[in-house]
Amino acid sequence: MATTVEGLGGRPATEAGFRICPATGLRVHIAAQTLIKANAVAAVVFLAIGGFFGLLVALTRWPAVHLLDAEWFYLILTAHGLDVLLVWIIFFEIAVLYFASAILLGSRLATPRLAWVAFALMLIGAAVTNVAVLQGDSSVMFTSYPPMQATPNFYLGLILFAVGALTAVFIFFGTLVIAKEEGTYEGSIPLVTFGALTAAIIAVFTLASGAVILIPTWLWSLGLIAHIDPLMYKLVWWGMGHSSQQINVSAHVAIWYLIIALVLGAKPLSEKVSRGAFLLYILFLQLASAHHLLVEPALSSEWKVFNTSYAMYLAVLGSMIHGMTVPGAVEAVQRQRGFTNGIFEWLRRAPWDNPAFAGMFLSLVMFGFLGGISGVVLGTEQINLIMHNTLYVPGHFHATVVTGTTLAFMAATYLVIPLIFQRHLVLPKVARWQPYVFGIGAAGISLFMMGAGTLGVSRRHWDITFSEALFSFDYPATAFLMMGLNGIAALLAATGGIMYVVVVVGSILFGERTTEASIRESKLIAPYGPEVAATYGSAGTWHLPGTYVLVGIFFTAFALYYFVNWKYLSEIWPMG
Amino acid sequence: MAIHPPKNRLWWNEPVERGEIVWIAIAFLWGVFMFLFMIWWHFTGAQNLSNEAYRIDPDTYAERTEAFAEQYTVGEEGDTGLPVVHPPPGSDVYMYARLWEWWPVLELERGQTYRLHLSSLDWQHGFSLQPVNINIQVHPGYDMVMTITPDRTGVFSVVCNEYCGVGHHTMVGKIHVVEPGQPAPAAESGG
Repeated sequence: MATTVEGLGGRPATEAGFRICPATGLRVHIAAQTLIKANAVAAVVFLAIGGFFGLLVALTRWPAVHLLDAEWFYLILTAHGLDVLLVWIIFFEIAVLYFASAILLGSRLATPRLAWVAFALMLIGAAVTNVAVLQGDSSVMFTSYPPMQATPNFYLGLILFAVGALTAVFIFFGTLVIAKEEGTYEGSIPLVTFGALTAAIIAVFTLASGAVILIPTWLWSLGLIAHIDPLMYKLVWWGMGHSSQQINVSAHVAIWYLIIALVLGAKPLSEKVSRGAFLLYILFLQLASAHHLLVEPALSSEWKVFNTSYAMYLAVLGSMIHGMTVPGAVEAVQRQRGFTNGIFEWLRRAPWDNPAFAGMFLSLVMFGFLGGISGVVLGTEQINLIMHNTLYVPGHFHATVVTGTTLAFMAATYLVIPLIFQRHLVLPKVARWQPYVFGIGAAGISLFMMGAGTLGVSRRHWDITFSEALFSFDYPATAFLMMGLNGIAALLAATGGIMYVVVVVGSILFGERTTEASIRESKLIAPYGPEVAATYGSAGTWHLPGTYVLVGIFFTAFALYYFVNWKYLSEIWPMG
Repeated sequence: MAIHPPKNRLWWNEPVERGEIVWIAIAFLWGVFMFLFMIWWHFTGAQNLSNEAYRIDPDTYAERTEAFAEQYTVGEEGDTGLPVVHPPPGSDVYMYARLWEWWPVLELERGQTYRLHLSSLDWQHGFSLQPVNINIQVHPGYDMVMTITPDRTGVFSVVCNEYCGVGHHTMVGKIHVVEPGQPAPAAESGG
């Protein structure tokens, strides 16, 4: 784009400590680039470890396999939650924050040395907590609800990790200030940076909540504090636990915009609308701690209704807006390119063989249909009565965090490798299929767990045949079928995960070095230069029938599923 | 593009296309509807969670539950040694959770309403009534009181669905629902 060159602020292109990206024209701070690499690699390592643990969990919950014994199962389940839900995602998000600030703004990163300290703290923290769990005395689940107690190192590691992550978030803020002061860009920050800023603001709230609850809990585990109220713990802990998933939402939506910009040259339909939607996240997403407290004693229904709905679903509104503007931007740019036949030629002729695009679009669809709808239903005050702590809950959040966030991050990796690591992908055919294999597997995990949960099957449960219990109880046969299918889906997702790790590690170590010519030839990213689409999307040029149909289907599915669950609720014992 | 500063520096003054506005309006109104639906259900729906709860010392709660069981025990659940307690309709019914049992076994009458108390004596537990599928979180130190009206007869299981240590999956309790006025069939119901 013409703006890219202007965005350099008239600086010499070959300034010391910087390089110019041959593919995008962005001015890349080498120190920031190294930090992005380090954080991304750490993320992938923990994804591999945590993903392996996840496979063990799924194979144990597959009744015909029932792999681990009870003690190991609870231990591995604790480690799985920790390593993927927290460590993989936050490490990758730090890489995203550095990228969206230093790289996209063409700025130097604030205090790279401190960024290394933050990185070390996160790494040490993650290691300390993992060791505590693997030693066997801290099988308390990721949530570690008191009065159940882990060893002090379990909490200490989490605190170190949170301090490191918080430091990195402030380095992001510092970089924004530097870029503004040094004039490395003109006007407003790009939309992707705005989305990252949203994630960072939510991260401050999240990590602060974590510190507020984990520090006293750590002192309690050391015997210095006598009592932690279990309800207060849950309220504050979920200020971290749920809000950290909202960092993910903001980050992966920003990545959707990033990928369609790089791969297709798509621009947002309306900057105002997309930024407004991010603003709704900042204002309302943090209320979601209530999602975990809907069937708890001592909280009023008024409090629950207001908080669980993010004040009248205003954060859901944000996601529904992105759910239209992202496919809308794709449709607009594709139509501009001449794919104007019928309602869906633009979608059929999208670059489905580009893993970055395929992963992004699957993430968009599955986050909305599986994760979004199930989240609203699960978080409805009364409907939660038929779902709380059933497998529906992990079913829901595997849809948001795995098919949504993780798949989007994987898709982004296929651009990070050529642009930041400056290597071509090895095994491009494997990479091409990876988003589909992983996406379908993860979607299966989500759907089958939600199915089992609808039938009442408990989450975090080693033996749903109750073979060692005083009383036996038989879940319906369908529930057992669901658990078996869940195991098969987990095998598929694990295959996709292995494909991802092989491509990433292989490319970083053995990938061919990129050159300007070779990147253009690879067609991984949109050709830059004269703008392909200067005017579409602005007033008067709108024609997006495909997007209207997609959001229409989404809305219909949403409304139907919502009312079906009220129907289920109306069939349980009357209570009040 | 989304990776560059907006071309138009006054991006907030750009008009928004009608298609976007329509979708935003639909999504907003749907949110308002879902919000109001929860409130509406509080007035018209038969399934809501009570707001009644008290702080209580676990020992006190245990005493109350034991006194309640002693008063209304009608038999033993099979050969488990667990009492089956048949409280009068409308009365306060107590059940506690502890590692790893639900105590006592209850026998309720179909169509009658009870004030069910739930609390834990140690860690957090999850009251998951199956196959009805009612799920309530049980905390130590909090006595949660809700009115319930069993609407079908049968044997119902209380599965713990909040992880509570290595015996978690063995924690299952029982509730019998019988026809009103029937003699207590507890002794024959088995394990």
